[in-house]
Parts: sequence; structure tokens; C-alpha cells
Amino acid sequence: MDLHEYQAKECFRTAGIPVPPGKIARTPEQAEAIAMEYGGNVVVKAQVHSGGRGKAGGVKLAVDPADARKHAQNILGLEIKGLTVEKVLVTPTEEIDTEAYLGVLIDRSSQAPIFIVSAAGGIDIEEVAETRPDEVRRFVVDPRHGLLPHQAFWLADFLYDDPELIKQTAKIIGQLYEAFTNTGASMAEINPLITTPEGKVKAIDAKMSIDENELFRRPDIASLRDTSAEPKAETLAREAGLSFVKLDGEVGCCVNGAGLAMATMDLVKYYGGEPANFLDIGGSSNPDKVASALQIIASDPNVKSILFNIFGGITRCDDVANGIIEALSRIEIRAPIVIRLTGTNEELALEILQNAGFSAYASMDDVVEEAVRLARA
Amino acid sequence: MAIFSSSSTRLVVQGITGRDGSFHTRETMAYGTPVVAGVTPGKGGEIFIGPGDLTTPIYNSMDQAVSETDANTSLIFVPPAFAAGAIMEAAESGVDLVVAITEGVPVQDMVRAHAFARDRGVRVLGPNCPGLISPGKAKIGILPGHIVTEGPIGLVSRSGTLTYESVHQLTAMGLGQTTCVGIGGDPLIGTNFIDCLSAFESDQETEAIVMIGEIGGTDEQEAAEYISGDMSKPVVGFIAGQTAPPGRRMGHAGAIISGSSGTAAEKIKAFEDNGVGVANRPADIVGLVQEVLS
Repeated sequence: MDLHEYQAKECFRTAGIPVPPGKIARTPEQAEAIAMEYGGNVVVKAQVHSGGRGKAGGVKLAVDPADARKHAQNILGLEIKGLTVEKVLVTPTEEIDTEAYLGVLIDRSSQAPIFIVSAAGGIDIEEVAETRPDEVRRFVVDPRHGLLPHQAFWLADFLYDDPELIKQTAKIIGQLYEAFTNTGASMAEINPLITTPEGKVKAIDAKMSIDENELFRRPDIASLRDTSAEPKAETLAREAGLSFVKLDGEVGCCVNGAGLAMATMDLVKYYGGEPANFLDIGGSSNPDKVASALQIIASDPNVKSILFNIFGGITRCDDVANGIIEALSRIEIRAPIVIRLTGTNEELALEILQNAGFSAYASMDDVVEEAVRLARA
Repeated sequence: MAIFSSSSTRLVVQGITGRDGSFHTRETMAYGTPVVAGVTPGKGGEIFIGPGDLTTPIYNSMDQAVSETDANTSLIFVPPAFAAGAIMEAAESGVDLVVAITEGVPVQDMVRAHAFARDRGVRVLGPNCPGLISPGKAKIGILPGHIVTEGPIGLVSRSGTLTYESVHQLTAMGLGQTTCVGIGGDPLIGTNFIDCLSAFESDQETEAIVMIGEIGGTDEQEAAEYISGDMSKPVVGFIAGQTAPPGRRMGHAGAIISGSSGTAAEKIKAFEDNGVGVANRPADIVGLVQEVLS
């Protein structure tokens, strides 16, 4: 779960990291009032879950409160990579001497948190790491001991020559690690970490991603989820206990298992269609779950056909078939539905479905081809 | 032969009295794999009733279970909040292999648990995996016993249902399996592709390997290099998630394209660059296997 900049900054403040003040505005008038409070020189920043806000016109400097209002007017409602800006962060402008990058994330290959620092701040760190690897220093934290003070110093030392700046930064690195572990984050990033002409180190941007698997034991963090920042169908799916990602195609997919669901989407593409969604319904034959899944898929106006691809391993196919029929008797779906069931008791399942008037298949290729044909018809 | 399991597997199930734990323990016992102990703290002394007239004693701790029964493999169904703790308890108890089925274990918990198990030289499979099955020999996990059959193919996959799908097709074409291993869909897993490939390479009965990957991480890319550099047996690959958008988790916690890395295209290219055959769709896997076998 991605946090907004203002939420991540709050986590950083809690850990003691120097972060400039800031307030959220939902209207241009609010932005003007906040700018007034901060003396007029402010930055107005779109709060959306997407990179490249600056390039998209989502970050603007204001010289006075009226200017802040004008910028907020333009930014609120702006669409950045398909997401509408509903909130802006208004924060005092900082004087910047240097910009650096400081981040920590869970590294898959070392199976531990890894710190990445670079004096090339404010830009895409992935690109720096790729094109100028010498400008990046990394450190893998030993999970047995956590981050030790001298290790934080070694990282900070890569960024600055001035001992005072190194000292402040080493402290911030330790605090960032604390924020990272205390929130169950999978990533926490300060980009840029700035130095001011007065010799202060500050975090003027903040990015955090929280491990979804942590949320059950961190209700305070879970409550930070901004459902207005995601498609409504994804909120509904999460509440129904379904794993769902909305896509732009016309073939609705209802599949059991994440791997099979991805392979089904790929096969839709292979046969010339575009998948409307990723959906893993799990191994259950529960009609309630099937019904919620169908309602979520069918609520997408782009969907022209819906396909089921179910492998009955532990669950028996005939149970799943009955679950689908029961779900379909409760709700009305206009798009044509094609079903593929294979595995345990597959013959029985196909008979049940065919007797109930459905197009049922045993082959994954056949059902996908048919779903694509129906969507294109 | 088979990998990571054999006819001498003696299983202890952690979380044996839970809904999933009890169901799959019965399936495992019915398959003929000896479940010598169960562990549920607070239920020590009770007896778990299996299928037919099979029973197994329940202990309060792994330490008791292993010292009383000489269990050598643990199977974990403990809920996510306690799963990492269960893995570490198992790693300290003296078993050689820990198979963690639990889905949804916090990744920072797994950072500690993996380090703990590595320090003690204990192999962890998973978490968030379906376990493994060696047809006719041992079933350790939730892969359904009746879809597999004995034969010369080794199968390793990050996905449960794609494993079922491929095994089903292999079996239908008369191609049985030595062992099918689900390594799990999490970003941090204990046993990876290379571990399984290397075990299959040394397994005398395995003649060819099917490797099913998906988006996220670089395990497949590293495996592709390993195959071309260190393996004599043929490997057929498949990668799920060619249509997955970047930055979104596709069901599995580990199935995510981060920035521009971990894409299906990158993995398929790594296979092709290293001379590993890649199936375009699941239905093509069997054909490629037949090709490499002939």
C-alpha cells in the first residue's frame, strides 16, 4: 500500500526526521489560507500515487497566497497517469544548497533491507544506478543486528564532506530505518534530501510503501489507505476478499490462483483480445465470492465478455460449477459468460453447466478464444 | 528418486488443528506420507484423528514433537501473525526441511526468519507456497495427489494453480513427474529456482525439467544463466504475466514489476539468450518437453 507524501512525512516526523511543516488543502481557498499562514512562499504539491508529478505539472512554486490559490486551482482535478488529484500539500519553500537521494527497501536477492544513497538527488535513482553506478552507495542491513551507527555514518559519508552534514545525515538514516521497521514498510525514500545554506539537512519529499501483509496488525497504518486514489472496483474487491487489478481491456477474467490468472490474461492477449482485469477468486466454490467477483467485473462498462478459468485441485469442479450457477441465479449479467473447468470431477462439472445452458469447456485455449471472439463480436 | 523428500520423510504439522491444517493433514495421511506428529500450543496430549484408523499425537512445541517422534520435515499452516515464529521454532528443532504454506506473512518477519534458518542450515520452502509432491513417495503440502503420476519430469513453479495446470497436461500426455515443487509467490522465499534446478540435475530419475516463473524479481534470469552454465538436463520454461501492468501486485506478493525490472519480457529474453526453450502459452509446455526428451 502506497502512502501519500504527506502521510509518509508524518511517519518521518514521528521518527524524528527533520521535515518542513505542511498542510493538506482540498480547495484553492484552503491552499490560499495555508499559504498565508506560512508567509506566502510555498510549494503546492499534488498528492497522488504516481511518480513524475513535477513533469505532469503537479508541483508548483507560489510567491504569495493568491499565487498558491491559482496553482491549487490548476492542480486539483488534474489527471496524472490516470489518477485525479483530490488533495494538495502546501508547504513552505525551502532554500536548497544540495540535493541527495536516501532510500531503504526490502531487497529480494539479499533477503534483507538495503540502503541506497546517492549525491545525485531529485532524479530517478534507478536511472542513476544503471548509468552511473559509481554515484550510488548501497548497504545491506544484517537483520540479526539492525542498522548500526557506524554503518549509518559510512552511508552519510558518501554524500557530504562537511562533518556537520554527515552527522545530521547519519542520524536521519537511523531514523529512516526506524520509520521503515516501525511501519512495516517495504520501501521508504527521501528524494531529495536537501542541505540548506544554513547547513541543515532536511527531507523535502517522502515516499513510503507499506507491506500489505503488515496491515492486519497495524490498524493505524491501515487507516491511512486512501480509497479515493484507486478505482472503486478495487476497493470493492478488497472488501470481498478478492485479489483484483483493473485493466483497460474488454475480456473480464475470473480465475482461481494468481499464476493461472496471469497466464489467462496473457492468453487473452495471445488470441487478439485485451484483458479487462486480473482476478484471483481463490480456491473456493463459495457462491457469495463468485457473485461478488462477477458483479465487480460486470460493473466495468468496457467488459464485453466474461470468462471463468478454474482448475479444481483441492476444490471439486462440480462444487465450483454449482457455485457459479447459484451466483448467476442471484444477479443479472448482460455480458456473455464462458466457463472452463478442469481437474477433479471435470466431466460432472461440464455436464452440470451445459445442462444449465452455459458454454462450458475443458480446454483453457478454447475458452479464451471463445471469450475473445464474443468480445469482438 | 525425488528431491527434498523421500520414503523416509517423517512429517510434523505445525498448526495441525486449524481448518486448513487439519484438512490437508488428512489428505497427506491418505496419500501415505507418515505424519508422525502435530503441534498446536495448548493442545499437547490430544490425538489428531486422520483418515481410516490413522491417528497422530499432538504436542505443545516443536522441541517435544521432534524429540519424541524423530520427525525430519515440518509442514506449516500457522496463521500469518505467527508463521515466521513457527518457521524459526522449526529451524531450531532439528528438522532438515520446513515447508511453509501460510500466505500473508509480513515480509519484515520473513527477513528475520530466513536469516535464522540460513544460520542453522535448515532448508525452508515458501512461505506462500503449495509445498511439494513426489508421486508415489511423499506429499508435503497441498498439491492434490490424484493429478500427479510417477515419471521422469521435474517441475518447479512459483504458482500453485499453474503447477496443477501443467502437471495435468503432462500427466494427460503420459509424462509423469519425479517431484513437483511450488516455491511460493512471496518476494522472499527460502528455496529458489536454482536450488530446485540443482537438485533435479543431481536426481538420477529426472530427465527434463519444467520451470514456471512469473513477473517480479530476478530469480528466473539468474536461473536461466545457471541452466546454460551448470546444467546438462534440458529445461523448458514458461513465464506468466506478460500483460501485467508495472507497479501492481498480481495476487502474489512477489508478482510485481518494480520500475522497469522484473518484467515477463526480460525473463523470457533471459531464457532465450541462454538457449532455454520458452512456451508461449501453457498448452505449449508439453510439446516442448516432448521435443527436448526426444
